[in-house]
Amino acid sequence: MSTQKTETAPKLTRKDFSSDQEVRWCPGCGDYAILAQIQKTMPSLDIARENMVFVSGIGCSSRFPYYMETYGFHSIHGRAMTLASGIRVVNPDLHTWVITGDGDGLSIGGNHFLHTLRRNFDINVVLFNNRIYGLTKGQYSPTSEQGKVTKSSPDGAIDHPINPVRAAIAAEATFVGRAFDTDTKHLPGMIERMARHSGIGFLEVLQNCNIFNDKAFDDFTDRKVREERMVYLDPGQPLIFGKERNRGIRLDGLKPEVVTIGEKGVSESDLLVWDATDPTLAYLISNLDYPDFPVPMGTFLEISRPTYEDTLAEQIAAARKRTGGDGDIQKLISGTNTWTID
Amino acid sequence: MTERVVKQLESVTIRFAGDSGDGMQLTGSRFTDTAAVIGNDVATFPDFPAEIRAPAGSLPGVSGFQVQFSSRDIHTPGDRPDVLVAMNPAALKVNLKELPRNGTLLVNEDAFTAANLKLAKYTENPLEDSTLEGYRVFKIPMSSMTVAAVAEVGLGRKAAERCKNFFALGLLYFLYQRQLDETSDWIKDKFAKAPDLAQANILAMKAGHNFADTLEAFQEVYQIDKAPLTPGTYRSVNGNLATAYGLVVAAHKTGQQLFYGSYPITPASDILHELSRLRAYNVKTFQAEDEIAAMGSTVGAAYAGAIAVTGTSGPGVALKTEAIGLAVITELPMVIVNVQRGGPSTGLPTKTEQADLFQAIMGRNGECPLPVLAARSPADCFEVAIEAVRIAVRYMTPVMVLTDGFVANGAEPWRIPDIESIDPIEVKFTQPEDVGEEGFLPYERDPETLGRHWAIPGTPELMHRIGGLEKDHLTGEVNYVPENHFEMIKTRAEKVDRVAQDYPALKVDGPEEGPLLILGWGSTHGSIVSACERLRTDGHPVANLNLRHLNPLPRDLGDVLARYEKVLIPELNLGQLAFILRSHYLRDFHSLPKVMGQPFKLDEIMARAEELLGAVKTA
Repeated sequence: MSTQKTETAPKLTRKDFSSDQEVRWCPGCGDYAILAQIQKTMPSLDIARENMVFVSGIGCSSRFPYYMETYGFHSIHGRAMTLASGIRVVNPDLHTWVITGDGDGLSIGGNHFLHTLRRNFDINVVLFNNRIYGLTKGQYSPTSEQGKVTKSSPDGAIDHPINPVRAAIAAEATFVGRAFDTDTKHLPGMIERMARHSGIGFLEVLQNCNIFNDKAFDDFTDRKVREERMVYLDPGQPLIFGKERNRGIRLDGLKPEVVTIGEKGVSESDLLVWDATDPTLAYLISNLDYPDFPVPMGTFLEISRPTYEDTLAEQIAAARKRTGGDGDIQKLISGTNTWTID
Repeated sequence: MTERVVKQLESVTIRFAGDSGDGMQLTGSRFTDTAAVIGNDVATFPDFPAEIRAPAGSLPGVSGFQVQFSSRDIHTPGDRPDVLVAMNPAALKVNLKELPRNGTLLVNEDAFTAANLKLAKYTENPLEDSTLEGYRVFKIPMSSMTVAAVAEVGLGRKAAERCKNFFALGLLYFLYQRQLDETSDWIKDKFAKAPDLAQANILAMKAGHNFADTLEAFQEVYQIDKAPLTPGTYRSVNGNLATAYGLVVAAHKTGQQLFYGSYPITPASDILHELSRLRAYNVKTFQAEDEIAAMGSTVGAAYAGAIAVTGTSGPGVALKTEAIGLAVITELPMVIVNVQRGGPSTGLPTKTEQADLFQAIMGRNGECPLPVLAARSPADCFEVAIEAVRIAVRYMTPVMVLTDGFVANGAEPWRIPDIESIDPIEVKFTQPEDVGEEGFLPYERDPETLGRHWAIPGTPELMHRIGGLEKDHLTGEVNYVPENHFEMIKTRAEKVDRVAQDYPALKVDGPEEGPLLILGWGSTHGSIVSACERLRTDGHPVANLNLRHLNPLPRDLGDVLARYEKVLIPELNLGQLAFILRSHYLRDFHSLPKVMGQPFKLDEIMARAEELLGAVKTA
């Protein structure tokens, strides 16, 4: 981020990032926790609030920008990434965030998701995934599990769901992560890590909708079971999980398997050591899901590729070099093929 | 060499017609530029199929380019050609009905093979039966003569034959006494990387020229003098190029960068092509993944402080509609260019039409007004683009510009403006020091224009949130209060209405009052002006007027219309402007609709005008 720091000391706090707007999510919604963590993380980025823009689409999560004391744009359904792209092209100094949901980002906005990610704009995308349509009151979403009974699928959803992390890797995002709403230890670090990444950042945050899809992730995020049913991807660290920290993921060729350290001759050195720079590995591990595997959380992918903005800036610089500075507009419109009438 | 009579002509219309792959657009453009450079007035009508390469020799694959060049000020590419160049039987079949009796027909005799005749659905060879009786026909074996002429270059037969369009061009240059230098230089430049092709094309052109000189059948050659155009330096420009330049100059006048977010669509893509070359001119283009993204990025760009523009055609506008509504409610300045084409749906992508007027003015959900301007000629696109930017930033509103395939692809001489003489366009981003004691109110308005603040991200202390939900009339915060909504609806409408306060007074051509006014908008201008000039020459007191401003309508339009007993409105739609004016002025108007993908012919307008005049004839 080339964002200039224009505000000086004193250092900002979480409160400085809270707008004067009353937060209007349902009591108990997971969105509150995500808002709190993002507000808490912002000061550590050391970026002036006026250089931050939060853009959203439509849906519960898309109310988010109203609550941030930054610039904010609550746009239309599915299109936040398109506005953010325009903002980035015009002013690459603006630290730009897109707040979206599983419907907004992957259904109506699915096309923009694909193209914005592959272009590698320096945008931080936070996708709140509650596997349900909340604002329209409870229809199945593109991440709802097959067979899910909702108002619009009384006999069970026929659709096969999309896995946001897999989709982001396939769309060639350069940073892909996953966290869940109430993981106060892990979520802030993921937000900051994405914010510091140069290029597109995509963070799926599993978020509980206590009204229409309550406890959707409890199978593996509940305090009682989470240590056994989730595994954190931490670059350079082996994939270890379990209360006893004695279980892990080993690769048998291209096949991940759960093993126990100390059993059948397995030691920690046999476990997969996480490498977040390998899209193929990221894609492979993104397929792990409960109940066959622990659900992976953390940094799936973190790679470096020139951003759209940087390449555009290079082209502009090259073009200016060719013309020797600013183009002469009078000369441009006159062209080379003129004639004069006296 | 034959001694020939040089005959003076005032205007000539030539139509080049051939297969899509025959290079007719290129040949026509070269002829046009050469005519323009020697000082003729010119107007062109490229007319090509949507298919890039329809099956060779087939009827749907015929591509045409019509040019009128003249020693007087002309406004149209001509109703019917005086000369038809037909490179194959299909081109003859499609275009012959347009050629008047005694018209000149140059055909490539070599292309009239049994296979091509069959493709063109001729059962007999029209060069041999009575089909061409009554025309001045010149059967010329263009393909074989071209192949012979370029033999020394050593191209394959196919590549050699492909130079035949330059052979035809050379023929016409002889007939109209044009020099070959201009085109030779152009060829050398164009084919700089393939010198053998450059050489072959020049040889072909010279061969055509020389052949014409030896052909005794050409008993006369023609001279068309310079047109009395306003003194100045000119270039040839088509509407899309003029639109691009207008946008560049307008952004330059504001001192801000130009952002152009677009998705390729016929016939608007050339604007994107041109602007994407201009990275050194403070122009940033963004080829979006779809029309919606193009519009969304334009809204984002406007929010971030650029002179934001998107360009498309009717189907694209349909997709952009929701995001245009977002631009209206967030009151951000931007320009949407619609290069109209034949609809509905995919319709006639490469043909012209004016049927998106309702869409432009009314085609959004909710009460969603925005200013709409239309360009009347290729060069006028430049002026209209600048005015659109001026209105957008002054009134903080999206503005729609309507052009169409006819002005977008048609070319005319353009007196190159001195950009220093164009008024600056003031852009003022709100700053912290502009804020009063009550704090920053994003929807506080300028009392004259009702435009709101343009406070761009990056400005300290002015952080605020906007969006597509209804806003409080001052703070811009979400507001569902019934009275506030009604006030905002009325304010947005009033703001757009106020745009008309800046219009210059309307000025009609012809009598200030009388039995008939012919009123048009957009690209029908040329046909209407030419038809009215003829009608007045014939003694009919007919006035004409072209409306640049379609929303809001000029405040003096009602008075102007009231001065005429009848008003005729020719439109390339089923009468959309007439419909709008009826509701505005509670009076009937005579609509002259034409929806054939083709511009009006003068005859069509004159006939209807004469009919209307007949009913009120006083003398």
